[in-house]
Amino acid sequence: MKSLVTVYTPISPLADPLRLMRDMLRDISASKELAWRLFVRNLSSKYRQTLLGYLWAFLPPIMTTSVFVYLHRVGYFTIGPTNVSYVVFVFAGLILWQVFTDALNAPLRMVQQSFSLLTKVNFPREALIIAGLGEVIFGFLIRAILMFILLVLFGVPLTWSVLGMFVGVIALAALGLAIGLLLTPIALLYHDVGQALPFVLNLWMFLTPVIYPAAQSWSGSLSMLLNPVSPLLDTARAWLFSGTPQYFGGFLFVCGTTAVALMAGWLVYRLALPILIERIAA
Amino acid sequence: MTMSDTAVVQVERVSKKFCRRLRYALWYGLTDLAAELAARQRGDDLKLRHAEFLAVDDVSFELRAGECIGLIGHNGAGKSTLLKMLNGLIRPDRGRITMRGRVGALIELGAGFSPVLTGRENIYINGAVLGFSKQQIDAKFDEIVDFAELHDAIDAPVQTYSSGMYVRLGFAVAAQLNPDIFLIDELLAVGDTAFRMKCFQHLLDIKNAGKTIVVVSHNMIDINRVCDRVMVMDTGMKIYEGDVSSGIATYEDLLLNQGVLADQRLPEAPAWIARVDLIDSQGFRRNSYTTGEDLIAEITLSATKKVTDARLIVHVMTPTLGTLGAFSSPHAGFSFDIIPPETVVRFSMRALPLLVGSYSLRLNLYGPEVQDFLHAVTNAVSFKVTGPPVDTFGYGVCHAVLFKHDWEMIYNGSSEHMGKDISLAS
Repeated sequence: MKSLVTVYTPISPLADPLRLMRDMLRDISASKELAWRLFVRNLSSKYRQTLLGYLWAFLPPIMTTSVFVYLHRVGYFTIGPTNVSYVVFVFAGLILWQVFTDALNAPLRMVQQSFSLLTKVNFPREALIIAGLGEVIFGFLIRAILMFILLVLFGVPLTWSVLGMFVGVIALAALGLAIGLLLTPIALLYHDVGQALPFVLNLWMFLTPVIYPAAQSWSGSLSMLLNPVSPLLDTARAWLFSGTPQYFGGFLFVCGTTAVALMAGWLVYRLALPILIERIAA
Repeated sequence: MTMSDTAVVQVERVSKKFCRRLRYALWYGLTDLAAELAARQRGDDLKLRHAEFLAVDDVSFELRAGECIGLIGHNGAGKSTLLKMLNGLIRPDRGRITMRGRVGALIELGAGFSPVLTGRENIYINGAVLGFSKQQIDAKFDEIVDFAELHDAIDAPVQTYSSGMYVRLGFAVAAQLNPDIFLIDELLAVGDTAFRMKCFQHLLDIKNAGKTIVVVSHNMIDINRVCDRVMVMDTGMKIYEGDVSSGIATYEDLLLNQGVLADQRLPEAPAWIARVDLIDSQGFRRNSYTTGEDLIAEITLSATKKVTDARLIVHVMTPTLGTLGAFSSPHAGFSFDIIPPETVVRFSMRALPLLVGSYSLRLNLYGPEVQDFLHAVTNAVSFKVTGPPVDTFGYGVCHAVLFKHDWEMIYNGSSEHMGKDISLAS
């Protein structure tokens, strides 16, 4: 007879870290098929009942960019010099920032969307997260096409350092995902988190060099030191424009911290789901 | 150890806490999560916090390969919580569950369906949720569409489907599951009769293939059809485990006893129903009968004043079907006076036409006029019919009432026998 034996006890899986690690890796590989299906499902159902279809992937950043470019041209706000045209600068900043916020929102969005499924079917829970991450990356790639068109139109030179930007994008997505995973259990129990997230993210954007270049003065660089998104976004954008990153040290530090936080987030997510299911829908 | 003496499903003294007060539940969720992350073992002492209770209370049972058990009990008895633990969705707070083999759950049909996508797309999604690869679904695609009988609608969005079509598609995908242990929750309550019979056939095939099945259902006919054994749960505890008909009777007793023993009586009524006893044709008191026996009810009426031309109305009830029928003393031409302090009357039900199950009598006492209400007792007395066995596959009799009937052949292809008596020997 086959040897597949599953035992459920009250003992925390953390009591046996080796087995937990093995289970986590096993579930990641078991997630692939389902993650792909969910990714395709969400993508196709998102635009199936729209007139403009995939155009919706481009429209929001185009409109936001136009507004900021207009306000800047008219002179409602002034910022330090940018190496490239402000149009390209702000568009790049916005789509990079969106990678972070999309990734941050992805775990909570996916879990809420599939909560009834989670309470009824035992499938590898990682699939939801991978599918959500897939949507984030896919959305970015679509916008990146427009980005490269803008680069060409505005005569920004393309060099190999552009590839560095993709490293920055992965770091931004990982940081957002880590924060999102850590928040998800609390957000599911207490909806205060969901209430606060949109405006916190709005304020956060203005404290991040998205629509303005990173400041060199002491008071301005404070936001670079305390805000983990700043060095990631600034570095990614610098690479895109073939410039030299100002905060590469900060970039490396945040990357290291993000890796640790992502592992912690994954662990919390896994351990929290059974408890959330019994408390919210048992 | 051979396969037959290894338990495939082994549940050992399992308990699960639950809290219905949202604020407390959320807070306990947070503290449990903190304890979990600190790798603290959930206490074996199982301390209940404020507003907590045991949704599953010290339940043990074992299933061997090929067995099918039905979990019955009313809503909130802990069946679904237990099923969730077997499925690994939530963990026990005490005890241990061992599942030997792959587990498949038919808990929600069409899990993961997206309403705007087509049936075809959703088959792949639902399949992936249940753990199938694309190749496996590709190979079984035609079989699924055949089973669901949805050839014309397979490329239409699922939101245009009727509920029956939706469920058929969901079941057709789920029917491709081939695990060692099946968990089924209230699945058979859906679809039209023809499709339900198809689902039953599928379940019986699974069972005959030696799979182990755990079914939760409120439909006793369904339970009777597929299960070898039932476990009755009440307020989280296992109160019975054993053969199906006694289990169902136990469950129906539970339903009877939890039903309000409504006793309506006028405050100044001069007469009331004091007691009802059931006796058999030999004159022995008995609450258990077989179909076709005589049942006699002896009703003791107390009175403070004489009531002339009183009437009694008797309702025969079942906990699951409601009132089967009612009869009154005037109908049989029986007229009586109630003389203080006590009057005893009896009625007999000859050749009891009731099949296996639990029954109760509701008695109403009236004076001569329609408005002369004196007393009503719901569940005045209850009794069981324990045999002979019923058959739910269409080869015998089943449900509550045995109808007197007979059959004859009118025409069977040749005119030779028309109008003549048919003898089976010819």
